[in-house]
Amino acid sequence: MKIGIVRFPGSNCEVDVWEAWRVLGQEPKMLWHQETSVRGYDLIVLPGGFSYGDYLRTGAIARFSPIMEDVIHFAHEGGMVLGICNGFQILTECGLLPGALLRNKDLHFLCQPQYLRVERTDLAFTSLYQEGEVIQIPINHGEGNYSIDDAGLKELEENGQVVFRYVDKTGVENELGNPNGSRHNIAGIVNRTGNVLGMMPHPERVVEEIVGGTDGQRLLLSLVQAWERRMQYGA
Amino acid sequence: MEPRIWREMGLTDEEYERVKVLMGREPNELEVGIFGVMWSEHCSYKTSKPILRRFPTEGPQVLQGPGENAGIVDIGDGLAVVFKMESHNHPSALEPYQGAATGVGGILRDVFTMGARPIAVLDPLRFGPLEEENTRRLVRGVVEGIGGYGNSIGIPTVAGDVYFHESYRGNPLVNAMAVGLLEHRHIAKGVASGVGNPVMVVGARTGRDGIHGATFASVELSEESEAKRSAVQVGDPFMEKLLMEACLELIQSGAIVGIQDMGAAGLTSSSCEMASRGDSGIDMDLSLVPRRETGMTPYEIMLSESQERMLVVPKAGCEQEVEAVFHRWGLEAVVVGKVTADGMLRLLENGQVVAEIPAKALTDEAPLYHRPTREPEYYARLKEQKLDGVKAQKGYGEILLDLLGSPNLASKSWVYRQYDHQVGTNTVVKPGGDAAVLRVRGTNKGLGMTTDCNARYVYLDPYVGGALTVVEAAQNLVCVGAKPLAITDCLNFGNPEKPEIFWQFEQACAGIAEACLVLETPVTGGNVSLYNETNGEAIYPTPTIGMVGLVENLEQVVRNRFSEPGEEILLLGEVSGSLAGSEYLALFEGVEAGALPPLDLREIKKRLDFMLSLIKEELVMSAHDLTEGGLAVALAEMAEGCGARVSVQGENELELLFGERLGRILFTVKPQDAGKVQELAQHAGVSVTRLGESGGEAIAMTVNGVMMLEVAIADCQRVREETLPKALN
Repeated sequence: MKIGIVRFPGSNCEVDVWEAWRVLGQEPKMLWHQETSVRGYDLIVLPGGFSYGDYLRTGAIARFSPIMEDVIHFAHEGGMVLGICNGFQILTECGLLPGALLRNKDLHFLCQPQYLRVERTDLAFTSLYQEGEVIQIPINHGEGNYSIDDAGLKELEENGQVVFRYVDKTGVENELGNPNGSRHNIAGIVNRTGNVLGMMPHPERVVEEIVGGTDGQRLLLSLVQAWERRMQYGA
Repeated sequence: MEPRIWREMGLTDEEYERVKVLMGREPNELEVGIFGVMWSEHCSYKTSKPILRRFPTEGPQVLQGPGENAGIVDIGDGLAVVFKMESHNHPSALEPYQGAATGVGGILRDVFTMGARPIAVLDPLRFGPLEEENTRRLVRGVVEGIGGYGNSIGIPTVAGDVYFHESYRGNPLVNAMAVGLLEHRHIAKGVASGVGNPVMVVGARTGRDGIHGATFASVELSEESEAKRSAVQVGDPFMEKLLMEACLELIQSGAIVGIQDMGAAGLTSSSCEMASRGDSGIDMDLSLVPRRETGMTPYEIMLSESQERMLVVPKAGCEQEVEAVFHRWGLEAVVVGKVTADGMLRLLENGQVVAEIPAKALTDEAPLYHRPTREPEYYARLKEQKLDGVKAQKGYGEILLDLLGSPNLASKSWVYRQYDHQVGTNTVVKPGGDAAVLRVRGTNKGLGMTTDCNARYVYLDPYVGGALTVVEAAQNLVCVGAKPLAITDCLNFGNPEKPEIFWQFEQACAGIAEACLVLETPVTGGNVSLYNETNGEAIYPTPTIGMVGLVENLEQVVRNRFSEPGEEILLLGEVSGSLAGSEYLALFEGVEAGALPPLDLREIKKRLDFMLSLIKEELVMSAHDLTEGGLAVALAEMAEGCGARVSVQGENELELLFGERLGRILFTVKPQDAGKVQELAQHAGVSVTRLGESGGEAIAMTVNGVMMLEVAIADCQRVREETLPKALN
């Protein structure tokens, strides 16, 4: 599987994503933001960090990076794109995903373990999870408060585009389980065609027990499985 | 020259005379300014150096001791750990966000300038009373600043400590330690050598910010300090991230001879220190230095403390390679001069010489002072104060909850949740552990790291208290299974010109030196922060110790929480503590006094070695050292998943439950291993007492068979967690 990880100036989770893939037996490639083509890749990952220092607005400058033009093109043609944290912010800035990520409701940056409920398992990103399963993946952001207008929210929910929701330990979505004030406890969404996922939690941080857990593994492995199927059946 | 000029630049009249002798002529104003900053306490250590020379600095593990940008210690496999701690106290008092942020930025540069990739930051913080609004403002700003810088640049902040005490009211302490990893073959040094090699300024442009930062750090804070706000630098973590990547790439390319961060005193200190270490000179044309603003004078360029800049000496002919690396990261790299043979720091402006000083006159020839010391009046008085009459004023259960909820003992999760402590995905033991542990990728090893200082102990007895800071750091490392390797220190004290303060400094350093010697943890560098006073009132002497240790096998890492019910709870060391200098005494009696328990470093070393051997044999399920709040608090801290029932025997209930005495470790073993552990203890000649077992939903303690307290662990956790959010949100 050919995986490309885009490195913007100020990205800081690109190496973690790279290492996570290697733990799972893949050999991803780093793509510099000034490159202009992502042709031939099976998956593009936009990693976490502070691209361009998050100056102006998170993700707002990164979307103008030379590589993003082709990433957008790639996504429109059905290419798989995963945006994590700052990567999610970039995806909303460039219009591949709806909504916006505002400052956390208590205004503090938060780095902590977080319970999530998996809402959809019919996606290439999540097929190895159980529907409704509660998993633990850490968050690490100051601006993860997912915001969208009422009409947009209604559309998201009706189309089943919410993939991960913040919940409490028992799997209930409530205020206690919502760390940042996101509408409808939204932690991750997918586009309508199911090939672009943006999420605030960091799955790459939980692929090894020794550093805190393995609940992130199945997200990455789902993608590998989907790719293998595609290779096998050409679907 | 008018005396006013050199005095304003921070030189005494005698120092000015010394300058004239070293120069063989009258210096000009620029030269006086350069001497003023290089001979400031911050850059020259002129007061502290005679004392610091007594630190043990050698050991088979030490690859680089004091004198470089950071110390380096071997960890095997061709790898080494690079680490250093520094203070950013005065800037943080005035501008908490930027002061703390640039403190992180500065210490990270010290580490990556040695060629190491930083893997962790630690932040010991000291503030005034939490009840006060100004303290809360400072805490919020400092924590946000540390997070703002560390989180952006992508280095995890993994440990530190936070204490509140009125002595820090006007003068908070913001210390920052950075730890990095490198391969031996990539070690870089801050040296300029090779006549004709170019000298390059790389990274951010030079502006007027932070001029006089070093001088500012060497005076007491006062009402007028507010007017010096411009001496606080402004940080740009995004720029530093680019600078870090570019520097590491450059160092690994082998194109350079030397590299140094422009920290305090900017271009001045970096150029003369690099020349001095290389026994050479440097010529620089200041008109070539890229600037952020126009009309800057040579003096302003030399003294600017604009952040995120480095001075690089590449091999002749490699200039373009340096430029190419930096341009790729969107940064500037400009040749501003060259290395010479004559030992002079020669500054030009548009080809005209504007200053010419022997480099070593600024460094090696700086004055040294042997300040007088005097035992302060309080020392004997507080030591002799009898504590026999102290009686509990409420139930022991209530006392335990009050202690757990007191600002110094309460959970600091409000702080470390704001720090990215996981980026790099190497954090094995997270904040909240006795020490942080980071994995060393590509090996089965881990690095333990911690910062510690109980300033109340140091105040009451600087020698013993100084030694105990090292002991506490070592026992924290041992509790996670790391063998202590070496230390860095950040010595925060008041005005050394006062004999009582200098006595504290001398005594504390002597204690640290002795402990380092016995515990085999040499000093590899550090920082001295003096003049921590506000309107004449000194802080408690706070020699913060940062220690790193090696975990040989990551699978043997030990945590400070009971793993499961039914574990045997054992105590290594004395069962009873002392109320002298204890948190109990301060909180309930409002008294900070008493004679600390006698210090036996050799006995403590024996215990630490014993503990490490138990961990190596995989006999230890969990471990936690006993510090503030004594046995009862330590038990409550370990009881996250399940409670404990313990019983102890002794004379004084308060001392048994809440007394403090370092060198004690609480640990648990499987029941079937308890006998073996006792045998090993006997063989090693250390005392291990069985206290009880883990289990249940409460901490229950009996003394001499009588139940003294029984507190639900849910209540313990609630009071521990609610204090900081309540005060700070």
